[in-house]
Amino acid sequence: MLKKSTIALFDWTAFAIIIFILITGVLTIYSATYANTGGNTTPLYLKQIGWIITGMLFLFAGAFIDYQTISKYAYPLYALSLILLILVIFIGNSGFGAQRWLSIGGLTFQPSELAKLATALALTRYFSDYPARYGYTVKELLFPGGLIALPVLLVLKQPDLGTALITTFVSLILIYLVRVRSRLFGFSTLLLLMLFPFAWHIFWENLKEYQKTRLLTFINPAADPTGTGYHVIQSKIAIGSGGFWGKGVLESTQSHLNFLPARHTDFVFAVFAEEWGFFGVLVLLLLYVALISWGLDVALKARDRLGILMASGIISIFALYCVINIGMTIGIVPVVGIPLPFMSYGGTSLITTLFSLGILFNIKKKRYLFS
Amino acid sequence: MMDLQDKNRGLQQRIKYLRAVIICLFAMILFRGWHMQIINGAYYKRLAENNRIRTVTLPPLRGIIYDRHGEVLAKNAPSFNLGLVAADVRNLENTIKRISPVIGLPAEDIKERIASGKDYDPFSPVIIKEGLSMRQVALIESHAWNLPGIGIFIEGRREYPNSAIAAHLLGYVGEVTPSQLKDEEYAGEPLGRIVGQNGVEKVYDRFLRGGVGKKNIEVDAAGHERRVLNVMEPVSGDSIILSIDLKLQKTAEEALGDRAGAVVVMDTGTGEVLALVSHPAFDPNVLSKRLSPKVWQKIAEDPAHPLNNRAIQGTYPPGSVFKIIMASAGLEEGYISEDNKIACSGGMSFGRRVFRDWKTEGHGIVDLHKAITESCDVYFYQLGNRMQIDTIAKYASLFGLGELTGIDLPSEKKGLVPSIQWKIETKKERWYPGETLSVSIGQGYLSVTPLQQAVTVNTVANSGVTVRPRTLRALMSDREKRRFVFPPVETKRIHIQEHTLDLIKKGLYSVVNDPGGTGSTARSPMIDIAGKTGTAQVIGRRGGGQPHGFNDHAWFVAFAPVKKPEITVAVLVEHGGHGGSVAAPVARQIIEEYVKNKGSRGQGVKGSSVREVGGSNL
Repeated sequence: MLKKSTIALFDWTAFAIIIFILITGVLTIYSATYANTGGNTTPLYLKQIGWIITGMLFLFAGAFIDYQTISKYAYPLYALSLILLILVIFIGNSGFGAQRWLSIGGLTFQPSELAKLATALALTRYFSDYPARYGYTVKELLFPGGLIALPVLLVLKQPDLGTALITTFVSLILIYLVRVRSRLFGFSTLLLLMLFPFAWHIFWENLKEYQKTRLLTFINPAADPTGTGYHVIQSKIAIGSGGFWGKGVLESTQSHLNFLPARHTDFVFAVFAEEWGFFGVLVLLLLYVALISWGLDVALKARDRLGILMASGIISIFALYCVINIGMTIGIVPVVGIPLPFMSYGGTSLITTLFSLGILFNIKKKRYLFS
Repeated sequence: MMDLQDKNRGLQQRIKYLRAVIICLFAMILFRGWHMQIINGAYYKRLAENNRIRTVTLPPLRGIIYDRHGEVLAKNAPSFNLGLVAADVRNLENTIKRISPVIGLPAEDIKERIASGKDYDPFSPVIIKEGLSMRQVALIESHAWNLPGIGIFIEGRREYPNSAIAAHLLGYVGEVTPSQLKDEEYAGEPLGRIVGQNGVEKVYDRFLRGGVGKKNIEVDAAGHERRVLNVMEPVSGDSIILSIDLKLQKTAEEALGDRAGAVVVMDTGTGEVLALVSHPAFDPNVLSKRLSPKVWQKIAEDPAHPLNNRAIQGTYPPGSVFKIIMASAGLEEGYISEDNKIACSGGMSFGRRVFRDWKTEGHGIVDLHKAITESCDVYFYQLGNRMQIDTIAKYASLFGLGELTGIDLPSEKKGLVPSIQWKIETKKERWYPGETLSVSIGQGYLSVTPLQQAVTVNTVANSGVTVRPRTLRALMSDREKRRFVFPPVETKRIHIQEHTLDLIKKGLYSVVNDPGGTGSTARSPMIDIAGKTGTAQVIGRRGGGQPHGFNDHAWFVAFAPVKKPEITVAVLVEHGGHGGSVAAPVARQIIEEYVKNKGSRGQGVKGSSVREVGGSNL
């Protein structure tokens, strides 16, 4: 029975970890928005549960559609995401000084969330279609370079620095994994380092004012405590004041008295850390590390080059999100505005992440089956 | 399979490196979390508490000020004030722009107010606007979530129901100044605290102001109160009962009218001030608001000096009122007697100068009685010339001139009693005998306050007993549910024979009641009034046709009834002209009003229990 074996081969442990983190997320969103829920709007934690249920369908879709089939649609998906990114420029909704959202029906959708996954999938497809055992030459990297540059530039245009950074990072990780001819790699890295000051200058000049201040306040948050450094300072106070056991659910003063900004989205970790303390942080980080290790293990044991690259790309995106988001709440990474997977409120991010992890389940399952 | 494994071995190796890097990153995050939550946990907890908990000062209600019959002179009305807490404001420019149209105050004025609170603890509100309407309060409260740092603060605003009546006596209140805070008197009071700044509000501030309370509240990020953690209630100030009689005060204010000048009315026996007027006056309701420096400057620089309490701070030559002291000195020192007579032909030659009498044709043959009644200058020129300046100064000082009367009001002036030594010390010049003649009729260097004039005549009316004038009658302590009443303070009994004072009293009676008396306009069919006129020359000009600003000051001092005096009055009308025609009717109106009300009103405010205490410790 195919069905029986499918269920038997489904990795319930990893699934349990995901569910556990999701529940923690819902609880934290409930706590973070507890005081603010008005009478007539649906509470955000309930909406998040709705997104989780929808996301689960995507997870199972990812798990039961053959990843090779998905890879077949990598380029069309990539093209679609590019079209959506261009559409955002013309008909997108603005918010917080950036144009990131598309309205479809009554729902808003963030194309950059899709774009980073589509880019990774397109890259893995390319590297799998044209394997190079001893690495790629510069010429061979021109096409993938273009694949990366197009969405990254469009996302930067919005601007969504966080997603652009993650797309770039995951692409670099994939390039690292498939290897570049080493001498050239060393040379270009050297060249890059030499060109960095000039590149930085151009980069800096093209940043929006709020992005500049974000970077500046990252370097010294105390310089302007009620202005831009406010977010980081309040987030650090929230986390630090949690102590070992935390203040308890619904007891976080930093969150409930509005000191903490974006507390159900980008800074949800701060609310969690304030309420659950170091104990909670330890457990949550272990869960994330376990999930990431599982993902990398799936990559290691995948049965073909495509599976290896897809799994490592997907889990790298996941890991990058975790590290950059938590890093920014504890003040070791600049505030770039990206969510914490499974914890932050938000439908697009949740669905994309669950779908991509679904692919991992599929890759893992397929290693036992012969095609 | 082996082939595939082999082919991807390098790839797998690099994935293992990647895993190592990711685990390292998570370890770093965990280490950072441990450092923040365990190592620095207490530090961040304190920061979170500082964010959340704030101590707010609760201003107490100020004590009420009553007149002697229980009429309210100063009370508190709730006022909704708009305050700004600097630490909570995110965007000051934007906040100002948004509240400015709501409260109807230009942005510059708001900035000026904020600047005035720059010394404040950034968590204490700076009051931007007082007395908001309910509509304004509702408008601001409904936008509170959007206006971090802006709040409505309820405060007991000082209200003076009689406006400018007795303004100088009551004074006004205002925020404690930085220099006052250095004073021990205001030790421990917070910035922005409302304290008495003048008049009895200032003198009895330590009773009136009460004690501030405190409350610890939990605030949100916008600085708005979420819940109260604990409260230490403020202690209301003690109420005070003044000796002022509001009805008499109003009569005195009306009698003086629009003219600049001062009126002091005292209870003869006790020295209690029944009325104290200084015109032009101010409205203490206006001065008790948080005024901008511009408005303050305008009031302070008004050429009419409305802030000046002329009754105790204005110094003027006493004019012929001083003849009371001259006569006492002459009789006591034996330079004159009841029967001595001189011939007055309208002036007295002295050196190369002629000292004129106010009556050009002269008074004819003049004895002491006639000299007082008709205010003959020549009689006193001669007396002064014989006594010399230091004897005059001795008696002037005996009556309390040149010294503070000790009234319980701030910034009293001493006036000046000149002497030979004084002239040498301050003017570096010898005393000219001609100057003695000027002093003899209350001119020259001699200067007194209207209150000192009142005290002088009061001493005569009291047969030589000087009582210290005072405004406080009783203190009602809310806390102790007790009322403290203060007995009169006899400052001294001057050594003047009763016979001397009787002669002077007779003279003062005739001033008002004899056909030739200078104060006949003070004559009343209701009561026997005794008094003395005075016309103080304004230095620089003498003669007819001078503009109003250079007219003489008109004086009149009086007491009544003559047999057993109860009320003493001193009136000064600046540039009013002759005391007899201008000041005397004012005194008469006041005394007649006193007679009308006498007996028809009960005494004092009801208190739960009465205890007499000595007033000297106040």
